[in-house]
Amino acid sequence: MNAFEYAAPTTKEQAVGLLADRWGDAEVLAGGTDLLSLMKDYLPTPKRVVNIKDIKELQGIKYSSATGLRLGALATIEELLSNAAVKKEYPALAQAAEGVSSPQIRNAGTIGGDLCQRPRCWYFRSGLGYFPKDDGGKDLIPTGQNEYHAILGNSGPAYFVHPSSLAPALIALDAKARIFGSAGWREVRVEEFFVTPNNDGDRETVLKSNEILGEIILPPAKGIRSATYEVRQKEALDWPLAAAAVALKMSGNTVQSARVVLGHVAPVPWRSQAAEQALGGKAIDENTASEAGSAAVNGARPLSKNGYKVQLARVAAKRALLQAAQGGA
Amino acid sequence: MPKYEWPEKSKRAVLGRRISKSDSPDKVSGRAKYASDVKRPGQLYAKFLRCPHAHAKVVSIDVSAAERMPGVKAVKICEKKGPGSEILWALDEVVGVVAVDERTAEDALQKIVVKYEKLPHLVNEQDLAGAGDRAKPAAEQVTGDPDKAFQEAEVVIEGDYGIPVITHCCLESHGQVVEWEGDNLTVYPSTQNVSGLVGQFAQPLKIPASNVKIRMDHVGGGFGSKFSPDSWGVESAHLSKQAGGKPVKTFLERDAELFVAGVRPSHFARIKLGAKKDGTVTAWEHHSWSTGGPTGGGMAPLPYVLSVPNSRKKHTAVATNTGPQRAWRAPNHPQACWLTFAALDDMAAKLNMDSLDFYLKNIQLAGERADLYRRELLKAAELIEWKKKWHPRGDPAPGHLKRGLGLGFHTWGGRGHASEARLTINPDGSVSVDIGTQDLGVGTRTVIAMVAAETLGLPVSAIKVNIGRAPDYPVSGGSGGSTTVGGVSAATRRAGQNALEELFAKVAPALSAQPSELEAVGGKVQMRDNPAKNLPWRQATARLGVTPLVVSGKNAAAASAADGKLTDQGVGGVQMADVTVDIETGIVKMNKFVAVQDCGLIINEKTAESQVLGSMIMGVCYSLFEERVMDEVTGRPLNANMEFYKLAGIGDIGDFVVHMWKDDPEQDARGVIGLGEPPVIAPGAAIGNAVANAIGVRVPQAPFTPARVLAALEKKGGLSS
Ligand SMILES: Cc1cc2nc3c(=O)[nH]c(=O)nc-3n(C[C@H](O)[C@H](O)[C@H](O)COP(=O)(O)OP(=O)(O)OC[C@H]3O[C@@H](n4cnc5c(N)ncnc54)[C@H](O)[C@@H]3O)c2cc1C
Repeated sequence: MNAFEYAAPTTKEQAVGLLADRWGDAEVLAGGTDLLSLMKDYLPTPKRVVNIKDIKELQGIKYSSATGLRLGALATIEELLSNAAVKKEYPALAQAAEGVSSPQIRNAGTIGGDLCQRPRCWYFRSGLGYFPKDDGGKDLIPTGQNEYHAILGNSGPAYFVHPSSLAPALIALDAKARIFGSAGWREVRVEEFFVTPNNDGDRETVLKSNEILGEIILPPAKGIRSATYEVRQKEALDWPLAAAAVALKMSGNTVQSARVVLGHVAPVPWRSQAAEQALGGKAIDENTASEAGSAAVNGARPLSKNGYKVQLARVAAKRALLQAAQGGA
Repeated sequence: MPKYEWPEKSKRAVLGRRISKSDSPDKVSGRAKYASDVKRPGQLYAKFLRCPHAHAKVVSIDVSAAERMPGVKAVKICEKKGPGSEILWALDEVVGVVAVDERTAEDALQKIVVKYEKLPHLVNEQDLAGAGDRAKPAAEQVTGDPDKAFQEAEVVIEGDYGIPVITHCCLESHGQVVEWEGDNLTVYPSTQNVSGLVGQFAQPLKIPASNVKIRMDHVGGGFGSKFSPDSWGVESAHLSKQAGGKPVKTFLERDAELFVAGVRPSHFARIKLGAKKDGTVTAWEHHSWSTGGPTGGGMAPLPYVLSVPNSRKKHTAVATNTGPQRAWRAPNHPQACWLTFAALDDMAAKLNMDSLDFYLKNIQLAGERADLYRRELLKAAELIEWKKKWHPRGDPAPGHLKRGLGLGFHTWGGRGHASEARLTINPDGSVSVDIGTQDLGVGTRTVIAMVAAETLGLPVSAIKVNIGRAPDYPVSGGSGGSTTVGGVSAATRRAGQNALEELFAKVAPALSAQPSELEAVGGKVQMRDNPAKNLPWRQATARLGVTPLVVSGKNAAAASAADGKLTDQGVGGVQMADVTVDIETGIVKMNKFVAVQDCGLIINEKTAESQVLGSMIMGVCYSLFEERVMDEVTGRPLNANMEFYKLAGIGDIGDFVVHMWKDDPEQDARGVIGLGEPPVIAPGAAIGNAVANAIGVRVPQAPFTPARVLAALEKKGGLSS
C-alpha cells in the first residue's frame, strides 16, 4: 500500500470538495472492507483517501409506508439485514443482505460500498489488469480461467461479473440512487447506475470521480412479492456463483408485471425483460418459473469454462420466482 | 534396566482418558504467542520482491532506489538469483529488503527494477498430451500376468480420474524472527522441526551449530510444509547481519504462502480394472501422471491398500513451472486412495453390487490387516446406517436433491521417531519433562504430561512439560509422518521408568523394601504387594536430598524387539460419507461423515479424536473446494488468496462421527501409533463415491464443484435423474 493523505470530512460538501477530477488520485473510503484490500494489492494507489463514514446525513435507514424506504449509503449491511420493515416489505433485499457473510463483513461493509465494490475478477485482483491481455494484445479471459466470469454482456473487453448481491434486489424493487456532486444531487435508477466499462481507466458505475453515492430510495412495496435466490457453493465467506432477484406485482394468482434481475452473470446486474414478459398474465408454478428461468438466460454466451453458469442462472431465476410466489405479499 | 512397556489396561490411571489440551486456555484467550506474534526490541521487517513470471531469466537488477529510501536498512539479491539466473516458478523471491516497518519494506520493493527475459513455461499438467518434453515417463512395473488376467476377466471397466494440486495453506504463514548476537543466532520460527533447525540454519550461514538457538511455543499449521529454515529464513539471517545484526521478522504474504511454501502434487490416471462376475478383482492397469513443480511428481501407491494380483503400472512425472511440492499429510496417499477407490467403486456399480459387499468380498487383498478392515467397515456401516440408506447408483427419490453414500479406506505407518526425553524429579516433588519437540496444536504437550503422570503415579497437572527449545532440550525428531506421538511418548515412558528405578533405590531403605518391590501409584511410592507400606510422593522425593534426579529416556527410530511394545507402525481406518447433491446446481452438501480409526494404544482419546476431526475437515476442503488455479498463458497464479482458494467453513462440513478403535486388546497391545496422517487420506474417496452414488454418474475429478458435477450429469444425458 502506498502512503496517502487521509481526510475525514463531516459533510458531503466537504467530501466532494476533497475528491479529484479524475479516477485514481483520490478514493472514497466507507467500511473499507474492499478498498483496503485493493490498496494493499496496489490496484488503486490513491494520493488521498477520503473517509466519508463521519457524514451523519448519509447514515441510517428509514421506512414509511407512504414514501417507501430510504437507505443511507453509509448504513451497514447488518443494519439492512436487521431492519424489520426491510424484512417484511422488501424480502428480496433482506435475503440478499443475508447472503453477504461473514457477520464481520456485514458489520463493517456499507450499502454504498456494496454497490461500488470493485470486480472480484481474479485476473484483476492478481494484478494482471482490468482488461487482461496476452503479449499479443489478445484478451486472456475468454479462453482462460473464466469459470467465475460473465455469461451475458460479455462481448468484451469486460468479462468480469458485477459482485454486488444487493444490486439485483434493488433493481428488481425499482430503487433509485441519489448521487451527490459539486453541482448538488442527481438521481438515477439503480438499474442505470451500473455500466459496462470500455476503457481501462473506467469504473463500473455512472459515478464521476468527484461524486459520492448518497442514498438509495425504494418505492413502497405494497402488493409486491419479492425474493432473492443465490447459488452459493459455500455457506459463508464467498460470493454467489449466480443469483436472481425478482419482484412480482400480482393480481390475484397471476402476475400483472414482473421484474427479474440476475446477479453475478454479467459486468452489470442483468435485468431480463424476456423473463419478465414470459411471466405476464401467468400464475407462478414449477413450469412457468422454469420457462421464465430459461428466458432469463436468453442470449447467454458462455466462455470456455463457464457454461455451467447458464444452468445456475436459470435455476436461480426459477427458484427466486417460486420463492416469491410462496412468500406473503 | 526396567522392562519398557505400557501398564496393563486395567492398571492405567491416566492413559486413555479424555483430557483437554493443556495449552487450549492460552490459545483461546490469546495469551499463547506464536512466532508471528514475536516482537523483539529494535525489530526490523523483511519483504521479498517476487518474480511475476513462471519461467524467466534475470537480465538485470537495480536496487539503488530502494537502498536510498529512508527507513530501508538492507537490500540483498537472493542467493543464486543474480543476473543470468533462471527462475522456475512465479512468486519465487529475487530480492530481499529489510526496513523499519512492513510498509516501508513493501514500498521499497516497488522501487526495485528487475528486467526479465521470459522463457517458455508449462503450469497446467492435466492434459498430458500438451506437456511435451516436460513429461518424463518412468519404467513400467508389471506384477503377475495382467494381459492374461484382463483376457479372462468377466467384467472390465476403464476410467479417467484426477485430483489437482492443492496447497498447504497454513493459517500462520511460513516465517521466523532471527536475531544475532555476535556470531550467535537465535531463531523464533514457525516450524514442525525445532531440533532439526539448529543444523539447518548453521550450515548455510557457516556458523557452528552450537551457536544456534531455536525458540518456539506454538505453530499455526504446518501439515508437512515446515521442516526447513526455507530460503527466506536463511536470506533473512543474511539481511539481519547486513542491517547490523538487528532482529528481523519475516512472514510470508498470503500469496507466497499459498503458492511457494508448499503444495501437494496432483495425480491423474487412466485406470483399467478387471473382475470376475462375483466381484473378485483380478487385474489392474494404470497410467498416471502428476506434478509437484519443477521436478515433476512421483507415483502414488497405486492400487491403494488392496494389492491386485495382476497389474501393470505406468507413471509419468510432469515438470511444471509452479511452486515446488512439499510433504502434505500422508504424502501421495490421499491421491492414491481417491483414484483407487473411485475405480473400484465404478467396478462395483458396473457389477450391480453394493460397494460395501464388494469391498468385503475383496478384503483379503488388504493383506495382513484384512480382518481389521473388515471389522472397521462393518462398524462404519453401522454408524452411517449403510444397509438402510444405501441404494444402487442414482438416488431414485424424486426432486432435485439426491442423496448418496460412499466409502474409502486407508493405511499409514506411524512408528515413533527418534526422540529423547529428559525427566527431572526435584527433591520437592515437582517434575518436569524436557523434549526438543513441538506441539502442532495436536496435544503433544498434553500427551507427554499424561505419559509422565501415568508412569510416576501423579496427576497430569503435576507434570511441567518443556518443549520448543533447541539445543536446550534433548533432540526430538521433526513432526512429520505421524511419528511424534510414538516418539515422545516412548521416550517419556522410558525416562519415567528410568527415573523411578533410581528413585526407588533411594526410597527403598525407608520402606525396608527392595527397590524392585516398589511402585509409584496414586501419588505414593508403595510396596506392590503391600500398599499400606508407602511414602507420599513428596516424602519419597525428599530422599533425593538436595540434588534433583535428572534422567533420560530415548526412543530409537528403529524398534528393537527386546524393548517391549511402546510404539508400532501400520494402521487401517475406514471412512464413509453421506452427501446430498442438488442436481440442478451441482452443489454438494455433507450430511454425515463417519471415520473409524485404529491407532494402537490411545493415550488421550480426546486429542486423538481431534486429530481425526481436523483431518475430516481438511478432507472436506480438498474434496469440495481446494484447487490451485494458474493462468496458462501468463503462468501466473490466480487464486493466491483466501477468497478464491476456497476452504470449507463450519457450515459446510456437516455432522462428523468419529469412532476410535479401542476395545480391541490386540490393537492396544501394539503400543502407540501416530495419527496425524491416516484420517486425512480417505475423505476424497468417501465423498467422491458418495457423490457418484447420489447422482448416478462418476464425477471424475476432485474437487467436486458445481461445474464438474453439472458436467458429469450432462455427459450422462441431461440433468434429470
Ligand atoms: C469474504 C467476503 C465475502 C463477501 N461476500 C459478498 C457477497 O456475497 N455479496 C456481496 O455483495 N458482497 C460481498 N462482499 C463484499 C462486501 O459486501 C463489500 O466489501 C462491502 O459491502 C463494501 O462496503 P465498504 O463500506 O466496506 O466499502 P469500501 O471498501 O469502503 O469501498 C468499496 C468501494 O466503493 C467505493 N465507495 C464506498 N462507498 C461509496 C460511496 N458512498 N460513494 C462512492 N463510492 C463509494 C470505495 O471508493 C471503494 O472503491 C464480501 C466481502 C468479503 C471480504
